[in-house]
Amino acid sequence: MERDVKFLLNGNEIKMKIKDHWTLLYLLREELDLMGTKEGCGSGECGACTVIVNKDAVNSCLYLAAEIDGKEIQTIEGLASSDGTLHPLQKSFVENGGIQCGFCSPGMIMSAKALLNENQNPTTEEIKHALAGNICRCTGYIQIIDSVRAVTSTGNEGIEVVAWKTEEKP
Amino acid sequence: MKKFTYLIPKSTDEAISMHESHGKRAKYIAGGTDVIVKIKEGKLSPDYLISLKHITSLNQLALNKETGKLHIGALVTHGMLEESSLIRTQYPILHDAVTNIGSVQIRNVATIGGNLVNAVPSADGAIPLIALDAKVEFYGPKGEQSEDLIRFFLGPGQNILERSEILTEITVPPLLPNTGSAYIKFGRRAAMELPLLGVGVLLSLDEDLKHCVKARIGLGVAAPTPMRAMEAEQFLTGKAIDEDMASEAGRIAAKESRVRDSIRGVAWYRREMVSVLVKRMGLMCLERIRDL
Ligand SMILES: Cc1cc2nc3c(=O)[nH]c(=O)nc-3n(C[C@H](O)[C@H](O)[C@H](O)COP(=O)(O)OP(=O)(O)OC[C@H]3O[C@@H](n4cnc5c(N)ncnc54)[C@H](O)[C@@H]3O)c2cc1C
Ligand code: FES
Ligand code: FES
Repeated sequence: MERDVKFLLNGNEIKMKIKDHWTLLYLLREELDLMGTKEGCGSGECGACTVIVNKDAVNSCLYLAAEIDGKEIQTIEGLASSDGTLHPLQKSFVENGGIQCGFCSPGMIMSAKALLNENQNPTTEEIKHALAGNICRCTGYIQIIDSVRAVTSTGNEGIEVVAWKTEEKP
Repeated sequence: MKKFTYLIPKSTDEAISMHESHGKRAKYIAGGTDVIVKIKEGKLSPDYLISLKHITSLNQLALNKETGKLHIGALVTHGMLEESSLIRTQYPILHDAVTNIGSVQIRNVATIGGNLVNAVPSADGAIPLIALDAKVEFYGPKGEQSEDLIRFFLGPGQNILERSEILTEITVPPLLPNTGSAYIKFGRRAAMELPLLGVGVLLSLDEDLKHCVKARIGLGVAAPTPMRAMEAEQFLTGKAIDEDMASEAGRIAAKESRVRDSIRGVAWYRREMVSVLVKRMGLMCLERIRDL
């Protein structure tokens, strides 16, 4: 069945017809041409498809498009400013080696964003707990955790290029 | 994904009448973390998905101050339970369990009701609620009904709900004074994995803070359905609890468990771990009672 939905996508109001069996991931990639959000497993296991619905990180591969009516969706495309300036989290991932092949990065960054929206100064444990549903096959995770931590401890400014860091003992 | 029509009833009565009119072609959906995966895998192929998400009476979480009963709506998500300070402080066994279900993304949508209705032997939500003596309330064409949670499960993937019936609420009776409780999901990794074992223990002590007046031991993945280790519970009741008593209760629970070999672990190892983890959770209960 088809239905009309109205929602905010990265701040823009969208009204459109969707089909009941579409997932939010399908809607984003195939209908709206927003290829930032990735499909890894398609079954909730990998987190590559993570987006924020209202305030919550969700797996868009399991989330029905019919459920977004009246809600606010944020995807990786919504983070950088319109002039191309990266969001501090994106910048930090680039500068701290949190990105290698980049396939997991949109999901990782959206999970991290959802965490930081609620808790601006998470502990390393809290960062790990928030990212536990995001799999990365490249970085070994340490640089990803560092990337998130760098944004919290330096208050978004003055992130420098650090080639390699090992995890600090608590 | 296979096509279906998504229906959004606003009340349980409306949901039930939709389900009745579409019969076997209809399926209820809550968070969908199980249903959508199964539709994608071709294991389910409903023509109608009836969403329970917009029935607001089903997603309340509250402690009734007069009766002391905790009411958990079936549509309450694991995330809501994880973030509730009431659950963290008064029902730590439930907090321990929901905190490690799937991931943040799963917990933000997956519901406690869906977890119970799934009725898998590894359901992390079921074991703590069994240890808390929870009851389930359900509603359908026959009206309202209620049953002890431990009797809700019939076998792997099977429960007592009949066609069109909706699990509405889980209720937990008031806790005795000096109660401690703890759950461990045991596996290679807590997040994103089905447990090798789930062990939940609840102990209530006498005023002397030594003698046990009530013990509950819930075991997951130890039998075809979530189970209680009743002999071990009886052994503990009336005793002054210390490390030796907790060890002995672990040994008894291990004997009672009906663990099997599976791809995640062999039976003898599971049995050994029942014994270790029952003891460990028992001691954690004592620690938590001391910290009350
Ligand atoms: C990646 C991943 C990780 C997971 N990790 C865990 C884990 O660590 N531990 C664990 O226990 N589970 C885990 N699960 C399983 C599942 O997510 C949970 O059991 C979850 O709680 C199911 O809830 P839901 O609301 O998503 O259920 P749904 O998929 O919406 O429904 C599940 C079943 O229950 C029925 N149903 C739902 N609500 C009701 C109701 N109120 N009345 C009647 N019928 C109802 C549906 O028809 C369906 O048959 C995981 C799943 C995924 C995909
Ligand atoms: S694609 Fe959604 S979790 Fe893997
Ligand atoms: S950078 Fe390649 S999967 Fe994470």
